[in-house]
Amino acid sequence: MIAVSPGHNAAAARLAPQMSIDEPVTVGSQREALVRFQISDLNFFYGSKQAVFDLHLKIPANRVTALIGPSGCGKSTFLRTLNRMNETVRNTRFDGRILLDGQDIRKMDVVGLRRRVGMVFQRPNPFPKSIYENVAYGLRINGYRGRLSELVEHSLRRAALWDEVKDHLHKSAFTLSGGQQQRLCIARALAVDPEVLLLDEPCSALDPVTTAKIEELMFGLKDSCTMVIVTHNMQQAARASDFTAFMLDGKLIEHSETSKLFTTPSDPRTEAYITGRFG
Amino acid sequence: MNRLRLGWRKALNAIMLSLTGVAALAVVSVLFLILGYLIWNGGKSLSWDFFTKLPKPVGETGGGMANAILGSLKLLLLAAVMGLPVGLLAGVYLAEFGGKTFSFVVRYTTDLLNGVPSIVIGIFAYSLVVLPVKHFSTLAGGVALGIMVIPITVRSTEEFLRGVPGTLREGAMALGASKWKTIATVILPAASGGIITGMLLALARVAGETAPLLFTAFSNRYWSSGWSQPAASLPVMLYTYAIAPYEDWHRQAWAAGLVLLGIVLLANLGTRLALSRRGAVRSI
Repeated sequence: MIAVSPGHNAAAARLAPQMSIDEPVTVGSQREALVRFQISDLNFFYGSKQAVFDLHLKIPANRVTALIGPSGCGKSTFLRTLNRMNETVRNTRFDGRILLDGQDIRKMDVVGLRRRVGMVFQRPNPFPKSIYENVAYGLRINGYRGRLSELVEHSLRRAALWDEVKDHLHKSAFTLSGGQQQRLCIARALAVDPEVLLLDEPCSALDPVTTAKIEELMFGLKDSCTMVIVTHNMQQAARASDFTAFMLDGKLIEHSETSKLFTTPSDPRTEAYITGRFG
Repeated sequence: MNRLRLGWRKALNAIMLSLTGVAALAVVSVLFLILGYLIWNGGKSLSWDFFTKLPKPVGETGGGMANAILGSLKLLLLAAVMGLPVGLLAGVYLAEFGGKTFSFVVRYTTDLLNGVPSIVIGIFAYSLVVLPVKHFSTLAGGVALGIMVIPITVRSTEEFLRGVPGTLREGAMALGASKWKTIATVILPAASGGIITGMLLALARVAGETAPLLFTAFSNRYWSSGWSQPAASLPVMLYTYAIAPYEDWHRQAWAAGLVLLGIVLLANLGTRLALSRRGAVRSI
């Protein structure tokens, strides 16, 4: 069993539904949000091809940060460096610093990092297992034994899926619709109680009604989770995020509060992009 | 001019279509001819005795091949125990871990091993297992068949693992699963249907092998006692009986052929059925 980290019991206790979240609630208060991720001088390479250039960014805790930009601008690549998913791709490397709560993610155990930083992908990717086992998966591989079914229920509730699946938890996850599958994947990520949730175009394969459900659920998750969402849909960024970062050709062009970026962008390229002149 | 060309194109189309059709028909009819011939000739001499009795001495009619049926099953068991785990793990290595150069070497070697004539593998097992102890044994036959199982299992396992979408791997890794954990808990279960079918095909393939058994497991007219004694097997019995000058033995050889085919078909159908019952979950 490799996945049990020393802090595991504390983390497991935190998973219990009746426990309060250990972060103070900052949303809606006048206080400045805490910084969850601090990225400085980030350069990312696929072999000899550079995909991200000198990126500096602070990602505030318990807020939704949207990454927008045309295809190939490096936003997905950047997102996948935050939980070191790019390491699964051969011949990639990055330099610069990424701090999660002040800790260098490169010095962290990758298993621990990924448990703290969950991820939801572009296409729903439930495992070929039952609905229940999909949600329990993260807990099981992290060696969690205990009130599994309570945590499964709690996670499904947080992902706003419980009412739809509670009567057939042991059916195959493939019996669900695309939108339900995506919420299942969110529930699966939430089950290990991550501090951060990375969402890589989570709605691009979904219809508007389902998209609205997921945005609503993201809103509800803000008091317990920091979210970073890559999206091609500018309305979605405008609706669902608190901060927006605009990237172009691997560079961060502009980063500010969403309301400001979409109304009074300070860079002409941002303005051109959000008004639909390219991309 | 134009009309002529169009006519020619249509004719060519028709010719090629019928050629491919005829070839496809030939494939199917060969199989059905063999099957029909076996059932026609073997069915007549198949009786309860065939499954329960030992072979009768030369000159007496009747008797069965119970020892050969058991012998074949024992040999297949040995082949499965020795060949399948190696094939499975090597297949996992090729699909999930392999670097470029070494994988290429392994893959190429596997294909070569697959192409090695079965009699050569028999000689190899002979010198490896039979020569040191100076007598034929079930074990030696199992080793020969086990070696033959490996390359087929490796390649089919690799193919089916490659068929599992990469998004499943990422999903598991993103939850903090290590690479091995991802493979063991998500990738292998997702591909298990195909992998098991591949293994079964490998066993079915060696179930009918005669050449590698001739000087390893040899044959036996009685029950084989233990794994270190020579054992009868259906293919070798079939071979011995078919070239013998006795009419009764010829009929028994047909029956042996039918039983051999029956075992392979039953195993195949059984696995398919078992897999399709669990099927809903694994249709990706």
